[in-house]
Amino acid sequence: MDINEIHAILLEEFGEAAVGAAPHDCIDPWIQVAAESIVDVATFVRDDERMRFDHLNDLCGCDYFEPDEKKAKKFDHEPHVEVVYHLSSMSLIHRMKLKVSVPRWKDNAEGSLPEVPSVSSVWAIADWHERECYDLVGIHFTGHPNLRRILCPEDWEGHALRKDYEMPLDYHGIRNR
Amino acid sequence: MTWIEGRFEENVITTTMEDAMNWGQQSSIWPMTFGLACCAIEMMATGASKYDIDRFGAGAFRATPRQADLMIVAGTVTCKMASRVRRLYEQMPDPKYVIAMGACTVGGGPYFKYGYHVVKGVDLVVPVDVYVPGCPPRPEALLEGLMRIQDKIKQRKVTRGESQLPVPHHSGYSALNV
Ligand code: SF4
Repeated sequence: MDINEIHAILLEEFGEAAVGAAPHDCIDPWIQVAAESIVDVATFVRDDERMRFDHLNDLCGCDYFEPDEKKAKKFDHEPHVEVVYHLSSMSLIHRMKLKVSVPRWKDNAEGSLPEVPSVSSVWAIADWHERECYDLVGIHFTGHPNLRRILCPEDWEGHALRKDYEMPLDYHGIRNR
Repeated sequence: MTWIEGRFEENVITTTMEDAMNWGQQSSIWPMTFGLACCAIEMMATGASKYDIDRFGAGAFRATPRQADLMIVAGTVTCKMASRVRRLYEQMPDPKYVIAMGACTVGGGPYFKYGYHVVKGVDLVVPVDVYVPGCPPRPEALLEGLMRIQDKIKQRKVTRGESQLPVPHHSGYSALNV
């Protein structure tokens, strides 16, 4: 199924506030979804007869930010973080991407993680993907059954794939630089 | 031609206790089965038939630190792994030896600058006897490292007196006590 058709169906079901005005036109088109409605949209695209997106290929986090002030002038994105859902349907053989974007920090308070509802109840595999995303990009997935770090040690500080991340100088007495 | 060839008469062997013990030990170094990243692949190649680390008596990879004499740290040591590496080292019975294999364990390697979670050299965690540089080192290099460990064992004093560190020599043999 074509992304435009999918978008039309979603628009009809959820309205413009939830799924964005139009699919983004590029090589890999995607549909923007509002954070609050991602669980509903995900459940819908999984269960709907016409789409049947029964497989979450990947879930990634992405930080749009340029810490270097000089380069920041040429950086043509609002600073934000994104969660990307790569979906495919095993039965109908088609794919699509969903994106949720949230501010880099919740309420603009540096250090408080932005929140996105967890889709681990929709696709079970999202459990680990979301833990990784939380660990490295620092997105808090609300409603996740076990949101702990998955790669870094439990007592690690910061989220390493944030663009403004500072490498720790030492970890438990081991020099890190 | 190994160091032992041509050094004995037939049948009767006269040697010192120390030499005999050191010889026995250096000819049966048991490494620990333990690989952390890509270097481990090269370590496996060293153990396999083409390079055959067993020629040096070091082919019995033990699955437990309690039976191992040699720890080949093959691969990137992450901060999370560092405490485990330390614990494994402490569980090994004395005398124990450590080879730091690969650029990562020698000093952080490709992750030196931007590897936020990579220990910049395993010598920050455990004492290292022999460094084998390379990314990854060729099996020959690891075998060379193993021979340097053998040199070190050969110089060990079991009786009274200080062990001397072997002096590397271009012939591959340590210059002392040979
Ligand atoms: S030194 Fe190179 S080959 Fe060895 S673990 Fe590091 S990156 Fe991999």
